[in-house]
Formats: sequence, structure tokens, C-alpha cells
Amino acid sequence: MSRIGVFICHCGENISRTVDVERVAAQVGTLPGVAFSTDYKYMCSDPGQGLLKKAIQEQRLSHVVVAACSPRMHEKTFRKAVESAGLNPFLCEMANIREHCSWVHEDRDEATAKAIEIVGMMVERVKKNRVLPTITVPVTKRSLVIGGGIAGIQAALDIADAGHEVVLVEREPSIGGHMAQLSETFPTLDCSQCIMTPKMVDVANHPKITLYTYAEIEQVEGYIGNFQVTVRRKARSVDEDKCTGCGICMTKCPQKKIPNTFDRNLGMRPAIYVPFPQAVPNTPVIDRENCTKFKTGKCGVCQKVCGPGAVDYEQEDRLIVEPVGAIVVATGFDLYSIEEKPKGSAIKGYGEFGHGKIPDVIDGMTFERLASASGPTGGKILRPSDGREPKQIVFIQCVGSRAREKGISYCSKICCMYTAKHTMLYHHKVHDGQAYVFFMDARTPGKSYDEFWRRSIEEEEAVYIRGMVSRLYQKGDKIVVMGSDIAVGVQVEIEADMVVLATAVQPQKGADTLAQKLGISYDKYHFYSEAHAKLRPVECATAGIYLAGACQGPKDIPDTVSQASAAAAKVMTLFAKDKLEREPIVARVREAGCVGCFYCQKVCPYGAVEEKEIRDRQGNLVKVVAYVNPGVCGGCGTCQATCPSKSVELDGYTDEQIVAMIEAL
Amino acid sequence: MHHKEKHAFEPKIIAFVCTWCTYAGADLAGTSRLQYPANVRVLKFPCTGRIDPVFILKAFQQGADGVLVSGCHPGDCHYIAGNFHARRRFAAFRKLLEFVGVDLGRLQFSWVSAAEGGKWVEMVTDLTERVRGMGPMQEFKELALEEQWSGAIDTPELQEAYDSI
Repeated sequence: MSRIGVFICHCGENISRTVDVERVAAQVGTLPGVAFSTDYKYMCSDPGQGLLKKAIQEQRLSHVVVAACSPRMHEKTFRKAVESAGLNPFLCEMANIREHCSWVHEDRDEATAKAIEIVGMMVERVKKNRVLPTITVPVTKRSLVIGGGIAGIQAALDIADAGHEVVLVEREPSIGGHMAQLSETFPTLDCSQCIMTPKMVDVANHPKITLYTYAEIEQVEGYIGNFQVTVRRKARSVDEDKCTGCGICMTKCPQKKIPNTFDRNLGMRPAIYVPFPQAVPNTPVIDRENCTKFKTGKCGVCQKVCGPGAVDYEQEDRLIVEPVGAIVVATGFDLYSIEEKPKGSAIKGYGEFGHGKIPDVIDGMTFERLASASGPTGGKILRPSDGREPKQIVFIQCVGSRAREKGISYCSKICCMYTAKHTMLYHHKVHDGQAYVFFMDARTPGKSYDEFWRRSIEEEEAVYIRGMVSRLYQKGDKIVVMGSDIAVGVQVEIEADMVVLATAVQPQKGADTLAQKLGISYDKYHFYSEAHAKLRPVECATAGIYLAGACQGPKDIPDTVSQASAAAAKVMTLFAKDKLEREPIVARVREAGCVGCFYCQKVCPYGAVEEKEIRDRQGNLVKVVAYVNPGVCGGCGTCQATCPSKSVELDGYTDEQIVAMIEAL
Repeated sequence: MHHKEKHAFEPKIIAFVCTWCTYAGADLAGTSRLQYPANVRVLKFPCTGRIDPVFILKAFQQGADGVLVSGCHPGDCHYIAGNFHARRRFAAFRKLLEFVGVDLGRLQFSWVSAAEGGKWVEMVTDLTERVRGMGPMQEFKELALEEQWSGAIDTPELQEAYDSI
């Protein structure tokens, strides 16, 4: 016979104001199996927990029910207290009589009656609770970082500096990401390359970091502490070990007219190339789609001129399996492409503001390349159409973003600041020029951000016009921008030489495919979802996977770097132990009943169900049954509800426990 | 403070909810001090994917007048896809329940996220009122009286198959 102890909390007055706690304690005290029942002002407090521990020992209690707040709040607290008194923590349950009772009902009789029922239900449940052992799984102390932008670089460096091996995988031929494309950065106007490229070199030289550029994630298997990741290293056509990075192949390549995507198509590059001069690794890659050798079989110049003989046209994709214990996802962002609608996109409103048709309408990133000292114009602000310096320039904010009717309702966060920066860079370079900004709201909530924004107006003389642009058209070599100034209530018409659009920040293409490989969730825009928006912002709901940077939502550099370091700290916390303890809420198979239909395997979202052979003493195969790997099992219980022979059971949520609860009502 | 109406019949509503979305949504209703009828009893599951239709039958058998099943919105499942399995399972189960003669107005299936305290309140209130209007759950008792299944095999095809064994 069980000796259950029931502890009713007043929660100050939060519960006792509406629920007659003494009556609840008296009533449940009469239930079969209840040996002890009491009420106390604050059960979660130190004396409250002391009372609980003392009662367990003095009353020789076998099970405990604490009737208080939501288990989401204090289940861990009370289970810990129970454990310290010598009971298995899973023999303690909480009855939620605050959030689900006293706070939502005002009639004292009704609330008291309901509280008695809720506690009674948990008393019946706890009788069926079993002792659950703590599950420990080994931890592989290596980590994978996906994405080589500033987020991935920071996370990789932090983890590697802590002494753990890191595999950094980048899709492009060089690390650096978008930050390497930027000119100066707000709010300090320091040069992006100057702070970025040394970090890139640190990554390449770090003894603990294995860097795979021009590589993608092929497959992810396993679970927290024990992932097996298959990386596809795409054929570079250049042997990285042999290449010295002399660059003669690039200068001799006869194909030189390929738009340079790193420079937002403002410049040209050859078919064998590095994305930018400061690239890491400084090993070229052959763009097979545009290479004459690959298209026609003729040419082969780069192979002939390569001294070390590093060019290899026969090179194939290689698959590498890396065992890792934790994964940091840092795949970053992409800009809303307003020229044409990407395939399968649900977002309306492409082709706005003449982008793609009027050559001098560019987006923010293109302006960055124009302003960058390493860009195609050497840092001069020149019009793409005729190379003339624009004397009147218009910036349009919120292009694509904050427009529910077009499909992106969120704020892209960084555009207010980078447009303010653009007006400054423009004014620094074109002293007699005038910048206009059409804006909806100015959002500058960061350290030194508002000061920076105001400086763009007060010192750099940018004219801010609150209102949206309604129409924009080419007139001769000018772009006529028509909009309204809603602050003054007048129509505005500006003859501009150049227009810069602050386009919406979106997740990288293929973010959904990667999420499916990783088993992590994403929102309707395909930004990755964190486990808890406020209290677990860098963890995924899937254990062992962490998020850094703009793959989670629009972020500026300081936020990205902070989150990357936070993700690294989470990885280090995980690696601080040799064995990982996890909640034993996992499914178990009753092998005697299992008929081996493997429906459970089909529905398991974690791939936790394996096949297990049952053999007799002679070694003959008797049958094949399901086996749940407790390390992989997420504890959802879908297998149990699916099992036709009722041979899988989720610990902590067994049929016995649930039925006992229903029967108590 | 408004005066609460007393009703002749107070239905018993049992709610099966997942811990991550709907349970948290109900918690939010609590922390927001939103008021709703005291007829509902909440049973927490890790995921709607764990909810066996047998529990719903058991609840009705145990005297529930209405049953509510609620979890995360599609795409928001903490366990990736448990709610999709639940949705598929309940689509089939509702048909079955309708077939045996239970009024589907007594069974509500829904998505309530952790942020939707208001939706939880609205749903519980609506369901309570609806079931109150429908009166006590009698369908199972009526079925038992009407059919009185003897256990005999009563179709010729089955009898033939049985004899041939």
C-alpha cells in the first residue's frame, strides 16, 4: 500500500483566496493511500521544501503530490526536494490548482471542489508512478558549426579556444559571409574587412578547427552528444593541399566575363576564381557551369599554367562523416530579391521600384559594395549605369518588410541603421551631394544607435521624409521618386540620380531543407525557432542543436556575435560533462508483446526505433522486435498511441497512469 | 463582480492537452487571470501524438459529457510531427465515433498555442455551453440498451467461414 503525502500550497494568497486549502487538505486526506496531508503558505520556499522533506522521512512516505502552481513552474524544484529526501524524483507529481483553478475561477465553492478533484486525480496517478532511473548518454566532445559568416566564425573560435574540436562547414568557397561584403559598420564606422579578415585567418589557422568550405550538410543522424554528420565537399577542381594561392590561374583564365556575385554583379570574375581577394582559404574554385573546359572540353589553360599542378578537372564530390556532440546552426540571411519571384515563393510584391529594370535602382548590399574600399569601384560611389557620381540620392526603407499584404510582416531590424550609415558614407564621399530617406518608422534600439541615427540627420544633413514612395520612374538619366511626406501632409517629388532600397531580410535559401535534415523547427518565414523566445533563445527544441545569428531572425552584428558566443557557451556546458543526464521520459518496448510490425518506427520523428533480433539459446532467430534507443527517444509517445498490440510504453505517461487519472474523475 | 448563473446541469469536460502548447496556453489564461467555467479537468500529455483514442472512449465511459483534445498548431510541434499523427488519428476516430452514434458536438479537436490563453478560454467556454445545451452524455447507455449484442455470430458469411475452420 502506498503512503502518499499531499502538500497543498497557499501561494501566499494566490490559491487560498479562492480555494479553501484547509478543506482540500482535509478532503484528500481521506483518499485511500493518502497517509499525510497538509497545507502551507509557500511550499516552494526553503521552509516549505523543508516541511516536505521532513514529512517524507517522518511519515515514511512512498509518493508525493504537491498541489500548487503549474508543473511548468516548479516541478523540477519539488522533484529535486523529493530526491534529496531519498525518494525517486519521479514519484512526485504536481497538481496545478493555481493557473488551472484559483486564478481562472472566482466562485470559492466551485474552485474548491475543482481543486479537490484535481488533487484526487494526481493522487490516483502518482500511485501508478514507477521509479525511473536517470538515463546517461556519452558525449562526443566535438562540435559542428554550419555557416561560416561572423556567427559561425565566432561560435567556432569560442568553442575551439575552450579546447574542443570544431568542424566548420561553409557552403561558399570562402568563409566570411555577408559581413565580408560590408563597407563600414554601424555604429562605430569601423571597416568591416579590418575586423573580419583577421578572424577568418584565425579560423583557418586554429589547430582545433577543421574548415570545410564549398561544402554542404548531406545528412544528420543521431542525437545530443552523439551526432553523425555527413558533409558533402563539393568538387573544387583544385587540390587544396597542392595549391599555393599564387593566383596565376585566375589571371590566365580566358573566360573573364562572369558576373561577380560577391560584388553583387557589379564586377566580373574569371571561371576559376576566389570570391574576393581576402578569401579564406585562398584556394580558387572552378565554376563548372561557366568554365570552357567543362562546357566544351577545350581550353585547360589553368591546368597548364599551374606550377604545383593543383588543378584537377576529374575531382569529384567527397562525402565525409564527422562524429560530433553538438551542432551550432549559423546559416544567416539573404535579402528579399525584388527583381523576380523565386520559384515556389509565397511572397507577393516582387518587381517593385523598378529594381532590375532601372540600372541605378540598387539594393543596400550593392551600395555596400560600392562604398567598400575593396569593392568594384574602389570605394567610390558611382552609378552602375554610367559611372557618374550621383548628386541626389534617395534611400527607401521597409522595401518588402513590414508589409503584411505582401507576405513579410516582420521588421528587418537592421535597415534603419544601415541606411543611416549609407547616408553618412555617401556624404563623406560626395560632399556636395544630398541624401533623402523615405522611412516609415525609425527603429534604433541599440547601444549608441539612436545617437548614430540622429547624427545622420543633424551632422550629415540627410533629409528624412516620413512616408512611403508611391511611384518611381526613369526620366532621361534621372529617376523620379514620388512619395508623400505624411508629417507635413504634402506630396514630394525628387529627381534622383540613384535610388537605394533597404530590402527585407529573409532566411537563406534552402533553410527549410536543412531544418528537416537537422530535425529542428522553423516559423512561417523559415527562420529557425528557438526553444523558448525569452529564456532559451539560443537552443533549439531539439536537444544538442543551437542557433546563432540571422538564421533565427534579422540581427545586426553585435547581436549576432553575442548569440554566437552564447551558443558556444551552451556547447561548452554540454561538453563539461563526460556523460549526459537526461529525463527518463522515454518509450520502452515490451518485447513479449511486440509483433515486429514497426509502425512505431514509421511514426517516430527521431528515428529512435531500431530493430532487435531475439534469438533462442541455440542462436536461432525467434523474432525481430522493436527497440527504442533511450538516448535518441524524444519522449513524445506517438509510438505508444500507434502500437496496435500496445507493446510500447512511454515512461511517465503509461496507460495505467492516464487511465487512473480518468477514472478518478 | 458579476453574479454567476446557476445551471440545472453542469457538464463534465475532460481535456487532453499537450504540455508544450495547450497546457502552456491554459497556464497563460491563468497568469492573465482570464475567467472561464470550472467544468474542465485538464490531463497533460507530452504531445498530442501520445493521446490514444481509447482515452477518449474511456473518458466518455467514465461520465464525461464533453472531451477536448488540443495541441500545438501544425508546424509548431515540439516533437516535430506528433500533432500531425494526432490529426490523422482523430480524423479517422471521429468518423468511427459518429458511426457508433456519439454526437460529434461533444468532441472538440483544436490547436491552442502557448501564446493563446484567450483562445483556450473561448474554446472551453464554448464547449461547456454547447455541451450544457446538449444535456448529459447518454449515447453509450442508449447504445447498450438498444443493441444488446448477444455475442452470437449472426451473418451467414461469417458463420460459413467459422464452420469451415
